[in-house]
Order: sequence, then structure tokens, then C-alpha cells
Amino acid sequence: MREKTFKQNHLLGIEHLSVADIETILETAEAFIEVSTREVKKVPALKGKTVVNLFFENSTRTRSSFEIAAKRLSADLINFNSSVSSLKKGETLKDTVLTLEAMNPHIIVIRHSASGSPHYLTTFARSSIINAGDGFHEHPTQALLDALTIQQRLKTLRKLKIAIVGDILHSRVARSNIILHQKMGNEISLVGPPSLVPLEFEKMGASVYYDIRRGVKGADVIMMLRVQEERGAKNYFPSIREYRNLFAINRDIFSLAKKSAILMHPGPINRDVEIETFMADSRQSVILEQVTNGIAVRMAVLYLLKGEIHETLN
Amino acid sequence: MEEKIKAKIMDEKKMKRTFLRLGMEILERNREAENMVLIGIQTKGVFVARRIEQLIKELENIDLPLGILDITMFRDDLHMHEKQPAVKKTQIDFSIEDRDIILIDDVVFTGRTIRAAMDSIFELGRPASVQLTAFIDRGHREMPICPDFKGKYLPTSRRERVKVMLKEIDGQDQVLIMEPTRF
Repeated sequence: MREKTFKQNHLLGIEHLSVADIETILETAEAFIEVSTREVKKVPALKGKTVVNLFFENSTRTRSSFEIAAKRLSADLINFNSSVSSLKKGETLKDTVLTLEAMNPHIIVIRHSASGSPHYLTTFARSSIINAGDGFHEHPTQALLDALTIQQRLKTLRKLKIAIVGDILHSRVARSNIILHQKMGNEISLVGPPSLVPLEFEKMGASVYYDIRRGVKGADVIMMLRVQEERGAKNYFPSIREYRNLFAINRDIFSLAKKSAILMHPGPINRDVEIETFMADSRQSVILEQVTNGIAVRMAVLYLLKGEIHETLN
Repeated sequence: MEEKIKAKIMDEKKMKRTFLRLGMEILERNREAENMVLIGIQTKGVFVARRIEQLIKELENIDLPLGILDITMFRDDLHMHEKQPAVKKTQIDFSIEDRDIILIDDVVFTGRTIRAAMDSIFELGRPASVQLTAFIDRGHREMPICPDFKGKYLPTSRRERVKVMLKEIDGQDQVLIMEPTRF
């Protein structure tokens, strides 16, 4: 039997994972998918462990996905809501985390608008830290659930052409996905207006296109990104209408990809901005499968983050 | 841990006869054979279960549903490990409600795996009965668990390991007792 090890104490980004780590997470996630199809959606694997959801940015889907994942593994979960917390009263991030740690949690899931904040936590925290999105930096569980979805639909994670379309500059989802597919040896093309897709990204090993038709041609996977108005994305192009005309995915453009191609979106989608309604609801769209797989991937990460894996029993 | 072969307990012929007897015993005890479902415990138990499934098909010409059970998430020692054991797939695509479950593993030892398997099964429904089949019973039970059907009782020392090998995965059919080279 194959010996597997997962030696990470934290999940800060895809950057720190080896290909073997990624494969271990995905295999574990596949095993956890079944739990969510049971009548009793609960297993005792993390009984007695405490998980803290520490979200400093608004998030419904990622936070509830982690919450469901923790609960299906029988962990106890505390949701820490930054808008009603002492941070508003002037407490520093470090003091907040130290206070939470005094309650002896095992895992802290953090989302913060400052890139690198999860790394900062590891310099003093005793718990395992999971990055649920830090600034413009990384969102590793999103890239992992995307990878699981691709693997399910296309039966492989290798030798693929991945096109990512939209606001690459502000997207931690894009960055994590670029790093992951770089590690898997896949071909990556990035598409968007020059203001949102700086040529810098070519240094990460991706090709940059300003013409969506060229960028998605022959792609196995097309990932659309949301126009993030809250990050001021609108200041980077003249109008939503122009953006839609140039960079939205519709039937016509999707037909340039491979026949077997799938359409992904990390959500929330803006219908008829970056994605045509018909395409969002089409058979090629895996947007809802991504959400379902998110729970399994997060269960796997929560489960694995206690150190190494070894083969078992008898 | 390095280990070497201490003894070869069974060869292909012996195993074949033992499987046949196990199949016959299971059928003898379960008059309503159609109510049975087979569940193999990951990983070796699944292969033993497939053999029994095949046998019952040959003997009675019935296709029994076969499920795969991974008990990792129900282990009682998860909090003790520094390393998390690998989780494998569970796949039981049929209802176990009111069925007679033949729970199958290659070796029964402390009984803790079976305890975990039963907890896991009862999350899925309420079977009419659970009957345990172990190809080898090597003693040293720590739980009040006793196989209903056993291929062979094999007294062993705790530091030894019983290795049930099957053609499908190990290339040949045999049962070995392994012992550590250093201890």
C-alpha cells in the first residue's frame, strides 16, 4: 500500500503544498463526499475538536461551507463576527487571536482583507491556521474545490488548458488556481482588460490574452471571475456594458473551447455581467457542483490538518 | 517496521476450501438468502467480500448487493495519533433497512474495527441483523465481539501480524504470519 504523508500544520496557500499534498487532499475529499449523501450527515472524526471561524470580511458561502464541513465532522464551531467584535473597539488582530486562543481551539479559519494575515497568525498562534482568503493573495480551499470539480468532470487534473477570465489582478481565487495548475503542469491562459490582467502574470508561467476568443480557444476549463465592484473594479474599465461586450462568456464564445469543456465560477455570479444566463444554467456549467465539493474539500482540510497521515490498522 | 515471514498458514488450495465452507455456512444460516447484503471493510475486507459474493452467486445463482465501508472516521483512537490515518471511500448504494448484513473483514483482532464498523452502519439505518465474517480470527479481543463465521482461528502473539494475501491484489493466495525482525 502506498505510504502517504501530509505534514502541513497550516493551510496558508497552494504555494506551500506539494503535488502529493494536493493529491492527498483531493483523495480525502473524495472519500468525504459520501458523508454528505447520507441521511445522517455526520461522522465523529473531529469529535471534541474546536474550530473557530474568524472572518473579517463579509462572506456567506465560504463561512457557511466551513461551518457545515466542521459540523459534519462533529467538531464544535464558533463563528466570530468581526462587525460586532472588539476589533471595532480598538483591539488589535493579535490580541483578538490571543484571546480566542486562550479558549484552546484546535483550528482557526481566517479571512482577512490584508494579504499575509494568516501567515502572521502562525508566528504566534498555537492552533492550525486555515486561510479562507487573504486580500489579493490566496484562497487555497477554493482552488482545491475547483480542482476536485475538474477531476470529477474531466477525469484528470493533468495536460489541461485552463482559461481564467476577468479581474485577475484583485482575485485571490485566480492566484491560487494559477499556482495549483502551474504545479500540475497545466497550460494557463489569463484573459481580461490590460488594467486587470497585468503582463506581470506571465512571470507566473501563464499566457496573457486581451481577446477572449483567443484566450479560451481549445480550453478544457473556463473559469469566470466576478467583477468585484466592492474592490473598485469598475475603475479599471470604462463601463460594465463595455466589459460585458468584451469579456463575458456566452454560447458563441464558449463554443471555441473543447467540446468537453466545463464552465466554472467561484460565485457569487453576476448574471449577464460576466456570465450569460443561458451559460450559467447550461449542462457545461459546474457552478453548483463547485459549492457541493467545497464542503468535501473543507472537511478534508479540517481532517488532515493534524499532522501526518499513515496507513492504518491491523 | 521491517518484518519477516514466520510461518505460512494457508496456501491457495486451503484458502479455496475455507472460502467455500464460509459461503456454505452463510447460506445455511440465512434461509432467506435474498435478504442478505454484503459489506466489506476497507481495504482487504472488500476483496474477501467480493470472493464471497462470487461464491454465493455460483452456489445459489443470486446476486447480492455489495457495499464498501471505510471505518476511519469512526475510529476510537483518532485523538491519539499525531498523524491522521488516510480516509478511504465508503460506498453503500442500497438501503440496509431490515436487511441481514454480512459484515466482512480479512482479520479480526482487537475487535475495535468491528465496533467502529457497527457504529458507522447504524448511522445508515436499522438492519435486521449484523453477522460478522472474518477470514482469520487471531485472538486478543478487547471488545465483546465474536465472528459468526470464521475461516480459521489462529492463535498469535501480539507483536506478530497476520497477512491475508489475495490474488487480485497481492498476486497470490496465501495466509502468512509475519514477525518483526527487530524488537
